[in-house]
Amino acid sequence: MTRTRLLWPALALVALLLLNLIVEPSFFELRLQDGHLFGSLVDILRNGAPTLLIALGMTLVIATRGIDLSVGAVAAIAGAVTCTYIASTGDALTAMALALGVCVVLGLWNGFLVAVLGIQPIIATLVLMTAGRGIAMLLTEGQIVTVDNPLFRQVGAGFLFLPIAILISLAALVAVALVTRRTALGMLIESVGVNPEASRLAGVRSRTIIWTVYVFAALCSGVAGLMISSNVSAADANSAGLWIEMDAILAVVIGGTLLTGGRYSLTGTLLGALTIQTLTTTVYTIGVPPEVTLVFKAGVVIIVCLLQAPRVAPALTRAPQPRQVEEAMAR
Amino acid sequence: MTESPPLVDMRGIHVEFPGVKALEDVDFRLFPGEVHALMGENGAGKSTLIKALTGVHPLEAGEIHLDGAPVSFPGPAQAQAAGISTVYQEVNLCTNLSVAENILLGREPRRFGVIDGRTMRARAATLLARMGLTIDPGSALGSHPIAVQQLVAIARAVAVDARVLILDEPTSSLDTDEVAELFRIIRVLRAEGVAVLFVTHFIEQVYEISDRVTVLRNGKLVGEYATSALSRIDLVSAMIGRELGVLEEVERRSERRSADPAPLLRAEGLGRAGAIAPFDLEIHAGEVVGLAGLLGSGRTELARLLFGADRADTGRVLMDGEPLRQRGGPRAALAKGIAFSSEDRKADGLVADLTVRDNMILAMQAARGWARQVPRRTADELVEKYLTELDIRPANPDAVVGTLSGGNQQKVLLARWLITRPRLLILDEPTRGIDVGAKAHIQKVVADLAADGMAVLFISAELEEVVRISDRIVVLRDRHKIAELSGSAAGVDEVMELIASGSTKVEALS
Repeated sequence: MTRTRLLWPALALVALLLLNLIVEPSFFELRLQDGHLFGSLVDILRNGAPTLLIALGMTLVIATRGIDLSVGAVAAIAGAVTCTYIASTGDALTAMALALGVCVVLGLWNGFLVAVLGIQPIIATLVLMTAGRGIAMLLTEGQIVTVDNPLFRQVGAGFLFLPIAILISLAALVAVALVTRRTALGMLIESVGVNPEASRLAGVRSRTIIWTVYVFAALCSGVAGLMISSNVSAADANSAGLWIEMDAILAVVIGGTLLTGGRYSLTGTLLGALTIQTLTTTVYTIGVPPEVTLVFKAGVVIIVCLLQAPRVAPALTRAPQPRQVEEAMAR
Repeated sequence: MTESPPLVDMRGIHVEFPGVKALEDVDFRLFPGEVHALMGENGAGKSTLIKALTGVHPLEAGEIHLDGAPVSFPGPAQAQAAGISTVYQEVNLCTNLSVAENILLGREPRRFGVIDGRTMRARAATLLARMGLTIDPGSALGSHPIAVQQLVAIARAVAVDARVLILDEPTSSLDTDEVAELFRIIRVLRAEGVAVLFVTHFIEQVYEISDRVTVLRNGKLVGEYATSALSRIDLVSAMIGRELGVLEEVERRSERRSADPAPLLRAEGLGRAGAIAPFDLEIHAGEVVGLAGLLGSGRTELARLLFGADRADTGRVLMDGEPLRQRGGPRAALAKGIAFSSEDRKADGLVADLTVRDNMILAMQAARGWARQVPRRTADELVEKYLTELDIRPANPDAVVGTLSGGNQQKVLLARWLITRPRLLILDEPTRGIDVGAKAHIQKVVADLAADGMAVLFISAELEEVVRISDRIVVLRDRHKIAELSGSAAGVDEVMELIASGSTKVEALS
């Protein structure tokens, strides 16, 4: 089942890359310069890093039947906190630590609304999605705060052979994979996502688990926010991380994790995030007119989602009929 | 018996699931105006046969004739359009909609293009009246107990003027009166010429209502019999294909207790408004305490309070004389060695999308916390052990639990709790909706566990089962604990009398 779920996002990614290759034969070319790797593929990785990181946090939230709409706002707050602090003191390390601390608090707030007060996740996180940019605005006093700090610049724009941003995101991905699959956390998260009541009666600390995933999602958003603002050396409360929650949710869904919670796939999320970023890049490479960019993106997303639809996928792969499986599960 | 041609004629039916032959060369006939019981153990293929007939499962081979003409339904909707209505074992209705909306869902009367609420409620009321149900058609379905929901599901099936009515274990959650009511309806329908296919685990009901019986075993046809010509023993051995010894092994085991005077668990004035009135209860190690009472008498509610699944308004629970943390919930109870296997395995028992292995070790894992994963080898050994011991089929740890049949799911749930080595095991309807063989097996397991020193609180709607298995019986009525019986006083007749009258000559408590 997992294999067929991963098949389509993988194929979509390959197809997009091939399309790029046809239009722009130098697309796969990589250059080594000053010990840094350059090229379109590297750009995709670097620009996709924030989305991947946020999608990673989102995957776990979605696995518990939740959703986090506030990730973009949290990213903006992280950038705002960091840049205003650097602007006044020049201390980048403290600034970033402070920003991530704030993100943990924001995650605790989301988790409190969902796990303790039992508010529907989409509503609970909508609060911070709306209020968050206001907070960021307050911090930057409505200005775009620019900073010039070499250390901070490394986070989003630095290279360690590969872009540092993608190294951070991949490290986070590997860490999450290890923590959730080598311990029982993954199984418990899925269990809470599939059947919260049964999990509670089995003694699972559902509340703690749900709370944790929201904090983790906020932390991921925070780091992504650092990357975004570091990349431009500025905090823009209005547009940093704007609509990134949609890209992240899309990445998770394209990766085959169901919004209804339960089984999740981190590999799927990785493929999903890369697909989305490649799509964005493709729009520029093949010269889609700016006014139809969104339509083009929408078209590709619709195709990928259709290919994964329970009624379409089996016809294409001749896998066991999902209808049967569903019915059997309903028994 | 009937020599008119069969209404439904299924021949040489093969159905396969990935890796499993669910049905192999099964024939099945259904005549108009008869009640035909379909019998078999868990996983025998009863539900699969029904789903093959109603177009849910595609056929690998074989053909279905309806009224002599070959048919092939691509889905349940087409089967229903052809007059085949199904009521499934577990109620598949929308609890957030009203009773009337559920009954007429998809067939709402319309006026000027919009749904005509008044006509809909009136039509639903007529149907409910025909079934002798006095509930408000405008009330939300979820506000009614499961038994009533089940009857509403039947009303919905009847509402389409079905020629074939399939009832997949309709009685498993009904009490005696409701079963009688259901059978009255079935008889009316039979007299009207409807062919009724009836799946049940209650042998007595087969003899009460059915004209013919078809028995399946392991996906194969054992035979088709006229009910009147088939003895109970023959029926049971046709179903389980082995001697009946195991049933007798579980004998009454009263009066051999109790060496240990200090109770393992004591409940003092435990109660919750709207659930159960404050009660006292003691359970000793090695003792099986049965809870008897009608549906809605507070059996499940009592168990949930003991376990902390619901919060008590009054009173407290003590294990070994020490009170459980007031707001500790299930984790506090689990930490003290109390396990609770809930009644509704689909809603609050199993995690359907996870594997058999994950479901089995879930409680153990939860107790250890997420960081200390149960080592793979330990998990495998435990899972292997209970797959064998409880005879779970298929014996595949990686099977998704939702794909197992009801009885096997129940066994997986039981295994989850046994793995935690509880000192008190609360079993709420562990034998509901499962077949004779599995039922006897579970009873035997319970008896063995008690013999090994585990305390068991056993809840079942089947009074005979409670009486047979329990050392002591707590009788509930209208959400009150009314009596405790033990020894020779704890017979079916005595309990029945208590439940019926609410008073007793023996030892009434209130």
